[in-house]
Formats: sequence, structure tokens, C-alpha cells
Amino acid sequence: MTDHASSVSGGTSRRTISLTVNGRARSLDVAAHHTLLEVVRDDLGLTGAKECCLVGECGACTLIVDGRTVDSCLMLAMEADGAEVTTIEGLATDGHLTPLQKAFLDHGGVQCGYCIPGQVLSAHALLSNHPHPSVAEIEEGIAGNLCRCGCYRQIVDAIAATAGAGEG
Amino acid sequence: MRSFSYECPSTLKEAFRLLSAPDEAARPLAGGTDLIIRLRDGSIRADTVVDVKRIPDLRPRIEVEGEHMTIGATTVMTDVAASDLVRHHFLALAEAALVVGSVQIRNRATLAGNVCNASPAADTATSLLAFGAVVVLAGNDGTRRLSLDDFFVRSGMTTMRPGELLTSIEIPLPRSGTGSVHLRRTRRRGHDLAAVTMSCVIDGDGATRLAYGSVGPRPVVFADDSGTLADPTASDEDRSAVLSGMLAAASPSPTSMRAAPDYRLAMLNLLGRRAVTIALERTSRT
Repeated sequence: MTDHASSVSGGTSRRTISLTVNGRARSLDVAAHHTLLEVVRDDLGLTGAKECCLVGECGACTLIVDGRTVDSCLMLAMEADGAEVTTIEGLATDGHLTPLQKAFLDHGGVQCGYCIPGQVLSAHALLSNHPHPSVAEIEEGIAGNLCRCGCYRQIVDAIAATAGAGEG
Repeated sequence: MRSFSYECPSTLKEAFRLLSAPDEAARPLAGGTDLIIRLRDGSIRADTVVDVKRIPDLRPRIEVEGEHMTIGATTVMTDVAASDLVRHHFLALAEAALVVGSVQIRNRATLAGNVCNASPAADTATSLLAFGAVVVLAGNDGTRRLSLDDFFVRSGMTTMRPGELLTSIEIPLPRSGTGSVHLRRTRRRGHDLAAVTMSCVIDGDGATRLAYGSVGPRPVVFADDSGTLADPTASDEDRSAVLSGMLAAASPSPTSMRAAPDYRLAMLNLLGRRAVTIALERTSRT
């Protein structure tokens, strides 16, 4: 916090927010200009979501907030007060991958891995809302997640296989 | 990002007070998909960010009220695109909302924000113009209604006054039998800004409204009340003449990265023809 921000009359440059992250209630003191991505990574240590383009193009920072995917680099942490947030760390339970995560590995969808937390969360949200998407719907569902390794084919295959198997 | 303070008022009155505070640059925050980018890159500076999403008057809603549909200021693109009411009455608007950004962007970006941002390439602007949408603006001096055509000035500039908020968008329900479509030209599939946006609305009597954007400082709308454009029995020459007249306001920027002016004008013509054909197919006239 800078002197400038704290001098703004009546303004709130820091505030305690309450939110649920991966099923666990959290209370955090956050700065007004910190994004949800920064707070999740730096304050909670959940570094699966990545900072990359910072303009809502690449989707590496994708999180699920109240059931919907968001680019968390474009959302202030304070906006998430009261929200339910799912990060990639919240999918596997007791070290067991979800069928979707397993499908990403089985289909070779993962190379460098940087985009994968976002890809998996977008796919997870897609399948939650739409259990049997067509290939076109899968492609549209992950259009906001760029992969510089170019693994799109394998990623789409992994999502389609998961949907075909009737599991999200 | 440079620091600022954050306010989350629960009433319009409180929001107006915050937004019109002297000596402080205050910015309203809805979806944030434009604002946060610009706060971060420094092209907008704010002392205070006023989050308007917890003000009941601005709540997300899509409702038919009498002769128009009302869309609340914080309604996001995902909900506009998926709404059965919107799809039934204003298919071009649903189509436009569905091509904004990506899933993640549409889950946050609001229709009102897309309008207030006043980008010449805004996807939803042309369909709203073609349907004759009205913006409801409220501020300390009361509430006023303005046609969207009188709201846009140029890129990033509207006739909204300091301290005002766009509280809702009202769109007159079209007459039964109306057909509409939204088309765009982008460099690639997936998410991209449009090099040309085009919306067409044709009512049951053949009156046509054509709106287009990304080819000038603001999206524009023109009407053909003669019925010629939508008349399949009219000669190609007559219809081309009407269409050319409606597209004559295009003046694409020679410096834009996305597409050269010649290309945009060629695509404008193509999309104009295509839009009229599709909208006509969707009317109940054929």
C-alpha cells in the first residue's frame, strides 16, 4: 500500500474478505488493487493458476468462481468477497486425479504444462454445465485458453474422451 | 497495478456520491474485463474504483416490461447469450454476445460495460443499434433515456455525463415476424476482435435496419424503410444501390493493425449482403 492510497479520504485500500477456496473457508486481508490471481498465488500459496498475458487473452490464470470460469488476472480480490473459488489444486482428492485430469495425461495433452491448470478448469466447467459436448463445443469451451506447445488436438481428445466416458 | 481504493456501495445514491466526489478520479467497475486491463497498463488512472455489482437497481436481469425488454446493468454476456427471451426476440443480440471474447470473458463482461466502453468494434453495439435500444442513465440530477445512437460519439467517448451510471438497457420488442442476424469478420476463429461487425434486423413489412462497426470511429445504423433491400423481387441493381448507400458511412482507419481499409470495405459489403439474406430468411415473410 502506498501513501497515496491510504490518504484517499474514506477509501478502502485494504479490507478483510471472506471466501471459500477449494471447499475451505478463508479470511484474508487484501489490498484493493490486488487481483484474485495475486491473492490466490501469493497469499494462499496456490500456484497452479499462472500469471501470463494479464489482458484476458491466454486463460493461464483461469479459476472457477461461483461455478463459472474467470480470468483471475482481471478480477480484483475484493470482488471475490463471499465467493466460492475452485483452483486446480481443488480437483484431485487425496492424491487421486479426476477422470478429466487422468485423461489429459493419457492423451498426451500436457507438454510444458503452463496452460494446463487453466485448460483443465475450463474443461471441468464445460463438462459440469454440458456433460456431452460436441467437438465444436469443446473447442469453443477452451477458446479462452491458449497453449503455446500446440497440444490442442490432444487436449480436445482428452475432454471428449472424458465426456464419452460419462464422467466430468 | 497502481494502488487505489475500492468501494462497494449498496445504493445508487451512494454510488453517485462516490463517482462525483471532487478532486478524486473515480471509476465504476462492473465486469472489469476492460477496466482492470487499463488500470494495469496505466491508460486509466483511478483513485477510487466503485464496484457497482452489489447495487440492487443494477442487478443482473433480463425481463420483458410492457413493450420492451430490460437488461440490467450488471447482466453478463453469458446470460445474454443463453437467455431464451433474448434469443426469441433479439437473436442478433444473442449471437453478438456469444462471440465476445472467450467463455471466461463472457462470464464477467457486462452488456452495459461493452456499451459504455464505446469501442468501435464492440460486438453487441451493432445489434443493439439495429434493434433501436435505449440506454437508461441515472445520476444526481435524475434519470434520462437516450437512444443508443445518441449515446455513442466516438471511440471511448459517449454522451454520458460525469457521475452518471448506465442503469439498464431497454430494447423495444420487435414486431412479430422480425428476423435478425449478427455477423463479424475476424482474423482467426476462437477469440479475436472484429475487423468488421454487422447486424441486420428486418421486420415483417420489410423495413430493414443495418448497423455496422469497426470501420469508423463509432458503430453506425441506417434504415431502409422503402422495403427495397428486403424485397426478393427487387432488381439486384436497386438492392445494391440501397445497400451501397447504407454502407457509405464506413471510413476504416488506415493505421489499424487488424485489417487494411480496402479489406474492411470489401468485407463490409460482403457481410452486408449476407446479413440481409440471413435476416430475411429468418423473417416470417419467406
